[in-house]
Amino acid sequence: MKILFTSTGSEWDSLIDSRFGRAEHLVIFDTDTNELKSYDNSAVKNEAHGAGTATAQKVFDLKPDVIITGNGPGETALKILNLLELNIYVDAHNLTLKESYEKFQNEQLQKL
Amino acid sequence: MDKSKPVKIAIASGKGGTGKTLISTNLASYISEKTDCLLVDLDVEEPNSKIFIEGDFSLQEEIFKAIPQWDESRCTLCGACTTNCKFHAVLQLGTMVAVFKELCHSCYACSELCPEEALPMKPHKIGEIGILKNGALNFMECRLSLEEEQAVPLINQAHEYVNQHFSDSSIQLFDCPPGTSCPVIAATKNTDFVVLATEPTPFGLNDLRLAIETMRGLNKKFGVVINRYGIGDDEVENYCISEEIPILARIPFDRKIAEDYSQGKIAVRGNEKLRKAISELFINIENHLNHD
Repeated sequence: MKILFTSTGSEWDSLIDSRFGRAEHLVIFDTDTNELKSYDNSAVKNEAHGAGTATAQKVFDLKPDVIITGNGPGETALKILNLLELNIYVDAHNLTLKESYEKFQNEQLQKL
Repeated sequence: MDKSKPVKIAIASGKGGTGKTLISTNLASYISEKTDCLLVDLDVEEPNSKIFIEGDFSLQEEIFKAIPQWDESRCTLCGACTTNCKFHAVLQLGTMVAVFKELCHSCYACSELCPEEALPMKPHKIGEIGILKNGALNFMECRLSLEEEQAVPLINQAHEYVNQHFSDSSIQLFDCPPGTSCPVIAATKNTDFVVLATEPTPFGLNDLRLAIETMRGLNKKFGVVINRYGIGDDEVENYCISEEIPILARIPFDRKIAEDYSQGKIAVRGNEKLRKAISELFINIENHLNHD
């Protein structure tokens, strides 16, 4: 299973980035290989328009099974993500990736 | 004023609810007592000038913008469209290309640069215009369709329509959207003078400053009308004086003006206080335009 976090950094101790479209990093944890891999998304800050769809395109190509984020994707980004079979968990504000993953395992995160 | 070319006057404001429509409709009515005048309601998300204009539209037209449409049979999934779209409105999702029309700016880049011509541009309705003539007054309403997010393409097309169809209307007034963002910039673009409506309150002053900053950035000639003059404080007046910004008119805070407005009446016809302010406004606009 591939879990994607919207993150402010690239480590387990990094905080969740509450924003979807303008998230600084997209971090993938693969539960099969125990591998944590980070994709820099900070270039999106130069976009005046369409940050949500730009990030959704990247997420689409990464094909995660689960997304853990804060505010949740906007309407247009959601249209794109809905083309994938995935579950989105929101409200992971102010948590590290590790903490949010533990909450996800304990079914304490809110599903969108 | 150069008589050969129409004079275009925009009525704008930073803050909403400061009297753009009151000024636009009454000024248009006042001018049309003597000469041909065109009033265009460019507040396309909530046009309301029509409430004050008698008569029905004699002409209604649909307005379109061009949106790319994916032709699956021609597409080779090369990805050029996604790379070329600055607005992330065209995405390649697996084996399909999706166009998000709400993000599309009709720039044609995806369509023109597609090597397979798989993204032909197709018209998409974004709004309607309605036109009527009432004596010397021509009126044009521009209304954005529900679910459309971008006001700018409609406003730009409305300006073009006016240039094509109303070139003999010597005075043209444009009732603009509130705020300082893209729709206001599109609405005031190509106008000769901008009237900024404000009110003598801290809110009025705050948003007036933003509007003035915008107009200075656009190198526009502008002046201020203080509406509901008599309430609040002197800060707007002091600010205009210290910044050497012309105060074109002061519309008094008056129950009768508000009553007429609430009933959809053109107050300038019977209300002497408003008539005085509107005539002063018109004289001052003419003076500013004649000065250079």
